[in-house]
Amino acid sequence: MNEIVIKQNIVPNVWLMGIYSPQVAKKAKPGQFVILRVTETGERIPLTIADFDSDKGIVFIIFQVVGKTTSILSTLNIGDSIADFVGPLGMPYEQDSNDKSYLFIAGGLGIPAIYSKVKMLHSQGKDIEIIVGGRSKENIFFEEELRKYCSSLYISTNDGSYGQKGLVTDILTQLLENGKRYDEIFAVGPVLMMKAVVDITKKYGIKTLVSLNPIMVDGTGMCGGCRVKIGNEIKFACVDGPIFNGFEVDFDGLMKRNSYYQDLENLSYKEHKCKIGLGE
Amino acid sequence: MQNWIGGIEKLEVLKRVSIKEQEPEKRVNNFDEVCLGYSSDEAVQEALRCLECKNAPCIKGCPVEVKIPEFIRLIKEKKFKESYLKILETNLLPAICGRVCPQETQCEKNCVRGIKGEPIAIGKLERFVADWFRQNCEFEFEKPESNGKKVAIIGSGPAGLSCASSLAKLGYEVVIFEAFHKLGGVLYYGIPEFRLPKEVVEWEIENLKKMGVEFRTNMVFGKTFDLEDLKQEGFEAVFISSGAGLPNFLNIEGELLNGIYSANEFLTRVNLMKAYKFPEYDTPIKLGKKVGVIGGGNVAMDAARVARRLGSEVYILYRRTEAEMPARKEEIDHAKEEGIKILELVSPVRFMGDETGHVRALELVKMQLSQPDSSGRRSVKPIDGSNFIFEADNFIVAIGQSPNPLVKKAIPELELNPNGSIKVNENLMTNVEGVFAGGDIVTGAATVILAMGMGKKAAENIDKYIMCS
Ligand SMILES: Cc1cc2nc3c(=O)[nH]c(=O)nc-3n(C[C@H](O)[C@H](O)[C@H](O)COP(=O)(O)OP(=O)(O)OC[C@H]3O[C@@H](n4cnc5c(N)ncnc54)[C@H](O)[C@@H]3O)c2cc1C
Ligand SMILES: Cc1cc2nc3c(=O)[nH]c(=O)nc-3n(C[C@H](O)[C@H](O)[C@H](O)COP(=O)(O)OP(=O)(O)OC[C@H]3O[C@@H](n4cnc5c(N)ncnc54)[C@H](O)[C@@H]3O)c2cc1C
Ligand code: SF4
Ligand code: FES
Repeated sequence: MNEIVIKQNIVPNVWLMGIYSPQVAKKAKPGQFVILRVTETGERIPLTIADFDSDKGIVFIIFQVVGKTTSILSTLNIGDSIADFVGPLGMPYEQDSNDKSYLFIAGGLGIPAIYSKVKMLHSQGKDIEIIVGGRSKENIFFEEELRKYCSSLYISTNDGSYGQKGLVTDILTQLLENGKRYDEIFAVGPVLMMKAVVDITKKYGIKTLVSLNPIMVDGTGMCGGCRVKIGNEIKFACVDGPIFNGFEVDFDGLMKRNSYYQDLENLSYKEHKCKIGLGE
Repeated sequence: MQNWIGGIEKLEVLKRVSIKEQEPEKRVNNFDEVCLGYSSDEAVQEALRCLECKNAPCIKGCPVEVKIPEFIRLIKEKKFKESYLKILETNLLPAICGRVCPQETQCEKNCVRGIKGEPIAIGKLERFVADWFRQNCEFEFEKPESNGKKVAIIGSGPAGLSCASSLAKLGYEVVIFEAFHKLGGVLYYGIPEFRLPKEVVEWEIENLKKMGVEFRTNMVFGKTFDLEDLKQEGFEAVFISSGAGLPNFLNIEGELLNGIYSANEFLTRVNLMKAYKFPEYDTPIKLGKKVGVIGGGNVAMDAARVARRLGSEVYILYRRTEAEMPARKEEIDHAKEEGIKILELVSPVRFMGDETGHVRALELVKMQLSQPDSSGRRSVKPIDGSNFIFEADNFIVAIGQSPNPLVKKAIPELELNPNGSIKVNENLMTNVEGVFAGGDIVTGAATVILAMGMGKKAAENIDKYIMCS
């Protein structure tokens, strides 16, 4: 169970893995995530289900190495197993059957979160455009895969090493100023990016969905740690989300909550790295 | 017997044999069990105080009617193993119940010895024989022949465990599905090590495995699988015991600030994820110098005592007075011995934070108690203009849990009560054919023994249901 059957380094620091988990693969739908724990002493972390193959029982995850858990995970190889792999969690992505045209915006690690939805909508014959953004050329991945499923793919990099120099929101603004309109916009990426997107789309009154990434523990609505303010209500992102109407999200609150453990996580990662240095 | 009692010093029969505990100054620095339990001699001595009353009022106070005078008599005779087996006839988890049951409001409340002196320490005796058995005997079980019928149980808390045990004894093939990576429900992730060592819970679960019960962890009913999947796998009945897992919040300003935990998150991080061993374990917990815990039940006491052990100065903030607290008295006393202070008659108004989004204080309003109403419960109301500020680095909200809503998603046609709990008939069957429910998901947050009682009752009815259909 939970055996790693595919492992690929996509771009520096970002890995794709296929995990053998027939039960999760069977139920998975675009928009959902898993919670995994790599080792017995490990932390439970959420990762988006980037794609899945129900027939072969494989669930695909794409993750960036940012801390201890993702770092340990990246050192595992095909044939290794991880301790726990729970899912699919969260509400699936629901599309409005009347909508025809979609714009997806993925910043940084947002690509895994849009990939399976793009594929699904494409199979239904919807019109899809995509904006992908990253810090630099080496952060952009899945370009070919995404191109297959959309009519236009726009790319931006902060340093201008690839695509248009600047931010995804620059491209968004240009498209909208040039008169482009969409039935729905779906934006995933750093909280600041999602907030910036919503600030723009609000002005145009275009329905905008975002996928939130608060810190989670159980992922089943039990701990309340993933609470976010949506409109005037407190919602639990793991069971009520992670996809929400972007116009209602309290992004500032989310950003602050996500930074809460940063110092301790850094400590744990540093210790872990030190031990690697000692050849353990 | 009567002669014997007349023959010894009266005072001695009136008072229970005192029990050894870790010293408060010492135990606030560790997670080891607080109560150290009776020695054999002490247990016998305490048992000797029991009058073996014919009408045994103590039994009537016990939700599963443990044969109290009978098991106590066996202690007197030093037949500890037999005593354990006697309890086991009605209670599957003596080592756990002996530790966490609110005996003072159940069996011990009715004990005849309590009229003039102190009631028999029924809970401590129960715990003694259970621990003695665990340390000295092998659990033996003759597996009955399988009747070829399969029952699925959702959740591995006390309700699920007791249902599984009863069904396994009848020859059913039982599978328990658990959302977490660890088994035991609240016994594992909620109640802390110093009150209920995980080793005890694990031992009970191992016994169930020996009885042939199968456990599947990381399986979320309503997400990983649903009712249709269970039917396809050949399960003829389902028992839902998914607990009251959804933490309630106060719905006041500032509740999203950093540093405010639900008791569930706080206890899960510490108990399940072992955050107190960070960074050996990866899950962190952050607690400042001063912590306020809001609530007055067992959950609040546990959270407060865990916070104390993590090195903080802890205050319990409660709406009523200590006398009205729903927590077990023993736990309140232990908390106070450990230096936890109780602020009575205060109610939260709003949290206040700093510019980084971290909580710094809570505005409280003072409350006053009214006369008891016809139900005997005294209500409280705020005193206008009595608001004041309570500063702390962290707050833990322990004001109750609501039923976990995931189950409804797995069975959309399932009928619920207005508060979200599952509606069942007198046989604990839901409106859905073959689907039974019990424990906190039906009653709302209650007790271990009630959950176990319902698990057992459900098993009897599941057996009838399957055998008659
Ligand atoms: C629903 C959901 C889906 C996600 N999907 C993906 C995905 O597909 N690919 C991917 O690479 N990451 C994803 N994340 C983020 C991922 O969970 C975190 O990167 C991971 O928890 C970091 O674990 P770590 O132990 O390696 O790092 P840690 O040491 O725990 O953290 C390092 C730093 O990462 C950040 N971080 C920690 N936890 C989270 C979190 N839950 N969300 C965002 N940032 C966090 C913090 O800034 C922290 O200081 C998702 C998060 C959520 C909630
Ligand atoms: C901190 C704390 C202290 C307590 N102290 C005491 C005490 O001292 N004495 C006492 O008598 N009682 C105490 N209680 C109450 C007691 O623990 C509960 O009443 C009892 O555990 C309820 O048992 P249960 O089997 O109904 O549910 P739980 O113990 O809650 O178990 C439910 C299980 O179901 C699992 N689950 C939930 N949803 C799903 C799903 N969709 N799919 C699969 N699995 C699922 C959960 O992960 C959990 O393991 C305390 C409770 C808490 C939280
Ligand atoms: S009521 Fe008290 S004294 Fe009487 S049998 Fe029960 S435990 Fe013993
Ligand atoms: S992660 Fe615990 S409630 Fe969402």
